[in-house]
Amino acid sequence: MNVLDVAQNSVAAGAKLIRISLEVDDARERLVLTIEDDGKGMTEETISRVTDPFYTTRTTRKVGLGLPFLKMAAEMTGGAFSIRSQPGRGTCVQAEFGLHHIDRAPVGDMASTVAGLIQCSPDIDFVYIVRAAGDRFCADTREMRAVLGDVPLSEPGVAQWIREFIEENTQPILRRSNIV
Amino acid sequence: MKSLQELAAIRDRMKQTVNTREAAHDTTRVVVGMATCGIAAGARPVLNAFTEEIARRELSGVLVTQTGCIGLCQYEPIVEITMPGQEKVTYVKMTPEKVSRVVAEHLIGGKPVTEFTIGAAAR
Ligand SMILES: Nc1ncnc2c1ncn2[C@@H]1O[C@H](COP(=O)(O)OP(=O)(O)OP(=O)(O)O)[C@@H](O)[C@H]1O
Ligand code: FES
Repeated sequence: MNVLDVAQNSVAAGAKLIRISLEVDDARERLVLTIEDDGKGMTEETISRVTDPFYTTRTTRKVGLGLPFLKMAAEMTGGAFSIRSQPGRGTCVQAEFGLHHIDRAPVGDMASTVAGLIQCSPDIDFVYIVRAAGDRFCADTREMRAVLGDVPLSEPGVAQWIREFIEENTQPILRRSNIV
Repeated sequence: MKSLQELAAIRDRMKQTVNTREAAHDTTRVVVGMATCGIAAGARPVLNAFTEEIARRELSGVLVTQTGCIGLCQYEPIVEITMPGQEKVTYVKMTPEKVSRVVAEHLIGGKPVTEFTIGAAAR
């Protein structure tokens, strides 16, 4: 799953807080990925265009691939894709995947992805939630900051700890749901 | 299992080595290209390896960050290192195995590992 590409849109949108959640919904047989930010948001018109791969505001390349790719990956598994956004308020991107669908992309190394985002954007707060089979884990940089005081989240020693913290706590939950 | 309490111990250890008010111009930056092509080529383990090695050696004033497209897919994973007062050095086709040498010779020793750089690969 190309979580990094999509979360980077939130970083680029000037978000102060980005929430990423991964939820296993056994009853509906869905794996739900949500990326929510309080960045600059998008107008109706932009929302209707962003899933077109030929729409992008970036200047280094002519096509935007993050959102169209996520949409395609979700729909390929009988899932769903939605974007809710309001200019000035923020954006919420949600992709639902068929949990046991053969074409569902592997979840990938989410611990490294989230830890990398935190390490590289130490001024933004991130909340990462994993929910599956009655278990829940939440990593919140606001709590980490409260402990760290002056020591920045970008310090390699801290970044290393964050990755291990997420990995150790989420691996068993995801494994119990058979999704990694 | 790791918990937030451990973070307090890390903070206390860091406070001794880290000058938290480090000026931007004294900071060494290790920038890893993390476009889709970079990730496919294995950039993530490289970023993790740099973070681990720098944390293990407790180097201060070194940040590891990521960037998007550098425009050189065929050379990914690409890592750019900028040290204060020096020109940017671009490493190409990086692997986690190459990381410890780059940390020891370049970040600590101050001498880039030329055989891993873009100049050497293009020749
Ligand atoms: N969270 C967001 N907040 C505000 N604007 C967004 C957000 N996500 C996407 N956009 C807008 O939609 C455009 C298309 O996004 P998309 O992820 O498809 O491609 P990209 O970011 O331009 O390129 P790529 O992801 O391939 O590097 C972006 O350029 C941006 O203008
Ligand atoms: S897409 Fe490969 S370096 Fe830009």
